[in-house]
Amino acid sequence: MSNDVAERNTQHWAKTRSLTIFILTLWFFFGMVLPWFARELDEIVIFGWKLGYYFVVQGSLIAFVVMIWYQNWRQDQIDREFGVSDE
Amino acid sequence: MAVQDVPKGAKFTDKLGLVYGVYTIGFLVFFALMAYLETIGFEAKTIGILFLCFTIAIYAIIGYLSRTMQAEAYYVAGREVPALYNGMATAADWMSGASFVALAGGIYFGGYPYLGFVIGWTGGYVLVNSLMAPYLRKFGCYTVPDFIGTRYGGNIARLCAVIILVVASFTYVTAQINATGTIASRALGIPFEAGVWFGLLGILLCSMLGGMRGVTWTQVAQYIVLIIAYLVPVIWMSNKQNFGYIPHFNYGEAALRIQELEAQYGLTAAAEKIAGLSVLTTPHFDPQGGLDSWKFATLALCMMAGTASLPHILMRYFTTPTVTAARRSVGWSLFFIFLLYFTAPALATLTKLQLIDPNLATSIIGKSIADVQAIEWVKNWSAVGYLAVQDQNGDGILQLNEFFMRPDIVVLATPEIAGLPYVISGLVAAGGMAAAMSTADGLLLAIANALSHDLYYKIIDPKAETSKRLIVARVLLVVIGVAAALVASLKLTGILGAVAWAFCFACSGLFFPLVLGVWWKRANTAGAIAGMVFGFGAGTWYLYMIYNGLMEPVWAIDHLRFGIIGMPVSLVAMVVVSLLTPAPSAEVQDMVDRTRIPSGDTILAASH
Repeated sequence: MSNDVAERNTQHWAKTRSLTIFILTLWFFFGMVLPWFARELDEIVIFGWKLGYYFVVQGSLIAFVVMIWYQNWRQDQIDREFGVSDE
Repeated sequence: MAVQDVPKGAKFTDKLGLVYGVYTIGFLVFFALMAYLETIGFEAKTIGILFLCFTIAIYAIIGYLSRTMQAEAYYVAGREVPALYNGMATAADWMSGASFVALAGGIYFGGYPYLGFVIGWTGGYVLVNSLMAPYLRKFGCYTVPDFIGTRYGGNIARLCAVIILVVASFTYVTAQINATGTIASRALGIPFEAGVWFGLLGILLCSMLGGMRGVTWTQVAQYIVLIIAYLVPVIWMSNKQNFGYIPHFNYGEAALRIQELEAQYGLTAAAEKIAGLSVLTTPHFDPQGGLDSWKFATLALCMMAGTASLPHILMRYFTTPTVTAARRSVGWSLFFIFLLYFTAPALATLTKLQLIDPNLATSIIGKSIADVQAIEWVKNWSAVGYLAVQDQNGDGILQLNEFFMRPDIVVLATPEIAGLPYVISGLVAAGGMAAAMSTADGLLLAIANALSHDLYYKIIDPKAETSKRLIVARVLLVVIGVAAALVASLKLTGILGAVAWAFCFACSGLFFPLVLGVWWKRANTAGAIAGMVFGFGAGTWYLYMIYNGLMEPVWAIDHLRFGIIGMPVSLVAMVVVSLLTPAPSAEVQDMVDRTRIPSGDTILAASH
């Protein structure tokens, strides 16, 4: 691998890694933190939903779907920026 | 029939929308025909049989048309499955008989602790997308052990991965074949053991001739049946009972009402237990914080990491044309899975409310025992022993703790509780069968492919010709299917226990070797072997000790979440051993670099 290519790959990977860490932080928040505090969140009622219950049966699930679609959209941008997209 | 083009590959994938559109309309027409037959007086049983036989015949035809003798088509469906369809196939692969039949019932009876499964089985896809799928696709492997074997090198690492894969997947597949047996025996009126063999026959018809290609196109068809079968009854019931057209966004108040009623009735255990049946004792949703939160989080974490390590799921992402498409198809997968998973809690809540809220016409709690025992659906399910109404305190009134039900009939019984026509029950049976068959297909194929490709071809006989390899693959498929059916007919464990074990086995042994293979260049062969052996070993040892009562669970880590023991051991062993032994060669490190970018050739040659 020439140096230019190696340099490009390093930068591409740095950005990919930051994006992944960001997504995994969100994942931890919606998948672990919110369900952990379900008892406390249940004190709050919005639109007829107890909030702790809402996140465990629906809110976090929606967040997971949105997260993946956002991540892929951003990753596509990063891949194109460095000219390494395969599509 | 349009699916005739399947074996021609490229041509077929151009008009998938048309093929599956026609198929979906055909299925709905069939459904309407069955509804008509019911109104002119056909027996419920005939309709159930027609539903099951019609759908299985369609899957078998697709399986036959997808037959192939090429390795690339057999192992990875020719890598030409578009993201959207791979998403549907993965969703069917993923949602087992347990998800379809037992999930809503589990939520109904299990409350907050059980919902850890719902979060775990959806959140796991974030890990699949972030850490695994695109990189494994770039690698260009046929199986998961293929990745381990190439990244770390050597037959020992490959063999360890094969063993973990077989243990995890086999545990899972027996539960699935058990579910096909249960559904087939009930719908066709045959003994359970005969139902198991009938189910296996259907499964092999889908997978044997076409391998991954056959399984892919039948799984898409199965997803369409199972999601229609899950959503139609819920929406129909919701309308009939005035909960709104789409109940998903406003059943929060129904849950509040249930909590009110629970406080009013009191949740007490039955005076006299009935084996195999449950009364409602767990609150609908009442997290206690502390230990409760810990149990939730550990269960969810095991299920998430297990999702990201189960080979039958990961190998679905080997079938897309590009790395970008592999990522996109993870997005579609979770979307299609989400449709069912966010419906299940709604179903559980509305069904429970219908039974216990005295303001609703369908309620039975607080009514006289004689009246309840005369209700048609209570009679039907009591006759087969799945439900019981007993006046244990002798006051002639049905109390909450006098209504016994098998948790996994909630989905199957809901249409009858809500007074929907029988044709809906036939539809639900077909959906449950599709869910169990599609998962069993994926699992059997994962096992047979690992044994034929990694054990036979890569380790035992590297010179074997393609035709011979593919014959070995098929023989293994039949042998493993028969073995799984034999084990299933013994009914050793409950379905849910077996499923949770499979996830824990997979994440104990495979999660860190797979993740670090891409994310940590320094990871080497010795480290990976240590990670697999110690992680899988520690998890299995812990399960053995707990399950046989040789040890008290530590920190409430029971047999459903033993991955919490296996995973940290795997991580520490892998990191320590890697650091104590020399770094991988420059060649291997360069391979990892190439894995990380989507463009360029796959690491392994197209046909290997």
